[in-house]
Amino acid sequence: MNSKLRILYNGIVAENPTFVLMLGMCPTLGTTGSAMTGMSMGLATMGVLICSNVVISLIKNLVPAKVRIPAYIVVIATFVSVLQLVMEAYLPALNAMLGIFIPLIVVNCILLGRAEAFASRNGVFASCLDGIGIGIGFTLALTVLGAVRELLGTGRIFGAEIYPEAYGSLIFVLAPGAFIALGLLIALFTKIRESKANA
Amino acid sequence: MKSTLLNMVLSLGVITIVAAALLAGVYSVTKEPIAAAQLAKQVDAVSAVVPAFDNDPVAEAVEITPEGEDVALKVFPARKDGSLVGAAVESYSSAGFSGDIRVIYGFDADGTVTGYAVMSHAETPGLGAKMDEWFRSSEGKRSVIGLNPSVSRPAVSKDGGEVDAITAATITSRAFLDALVRASDVYKQLAAQNTL
Repeated sequence: MNSKLRILYNGIVAENPTFVLMLGMCPTLGTTGSAMTGMSMGLATMGVLICSNVVISLIKNLVPAKVRIPAYIVVIATFVSVLQLVMEAYLPALNAMLGIFIPLIVVNCILLGRAEAFASRNGVFASCLDGIGIGIGFTLALTVLGAVRELLGTGRIFGAEIYPEAYGSLIFVLAPGAFIALGLLIALFTKIRESKANA
Repeated sequence: MKSTLLNMVLSLGVITIVAAALLAGVYSVTKEPIAAAQLAKQVDAVSAVVPAFDNDPVAEAVEITPEGEDVALKVFPARKDGSLVGAAVESYSSAGFSGDIRVIYGFDADGTVTGYAVMSHAETPGLGAKMDEWFRSSEGKRSVIGLNPSVSRPAVSKDGGEVDAITAATITSRAFLDALVRASDVYKQLAAQNTL
């Protein structure tokens, strides 16, 4: 596998932010009541992550070590504010659905974590790829978790009915179900990764 | 890079200035679409709940504070050929299960409910959140459309009233009716004063 593909693979599988690094748990639990909201949240985070990774990688040699954290946070917060204004203007329904979780992307540890661990030590192109890889990994995780909760809770996936809603168990749409479904998915993901590593 | 006072101040200063400039630019570009989106939401909700009209209810909206309360409600009068055919009232209730609920109710000239649109709420998904559809359903005695709250106060059947509460969400249902009564009272008061 060449180094570019390895960066993508790293973000999606080896260091999947949700199932392996277990970062960004707040939006993971809070926005995955349905597959659609989970996917939207993942894509919004991915957009900010790619932009912040690229800019931080560009300015990494101009920022003194002692003030790098505030500098990175300003960069991340700027992109989040831009995203929120654009969503309010052109996607008001989606913005209302994700609510407080959009501004909270600023304090999502995935973004600062990738800035510190990757973008501040690598070139622009590699940092962009890392943003795409981690972003896809996060989006996939949130979409799968959202789909599982929506299916078990309401009998639907992406709003398409699989079985009648009356047979669903409401707990999966509520907060306790988020923890249960996430725990089971992490266990499943770890099992698959280990069996692949041993094979 | 080695940190000195000068380069720390300079680098953070430049980054924040660039960030502020970028945000100012995006803000000025998105300002109008944001205002338009918010207005569109209000216009959609108002026109969905009142009888057919030919004026501009949002432009003619009046604010009124119910007696003994301190939050003003917005009333959007609907007119056809110059005469009042009804109004939409943006009401709220703090009696819900979690946080305020905000609902726009439509009334015809007699004060009979013609429709409603839930603007915002934080009720439990799958239970209280069903109010979006529940109170216009034709099943049982769920619907509030066609009731006239100024003639008889609507209440849930558990409280001796005639409206079926949402299953397992009686608190939300009470809050919904509380907001409806508040809207109706304000509309009746304005209609009595002939100020619409």
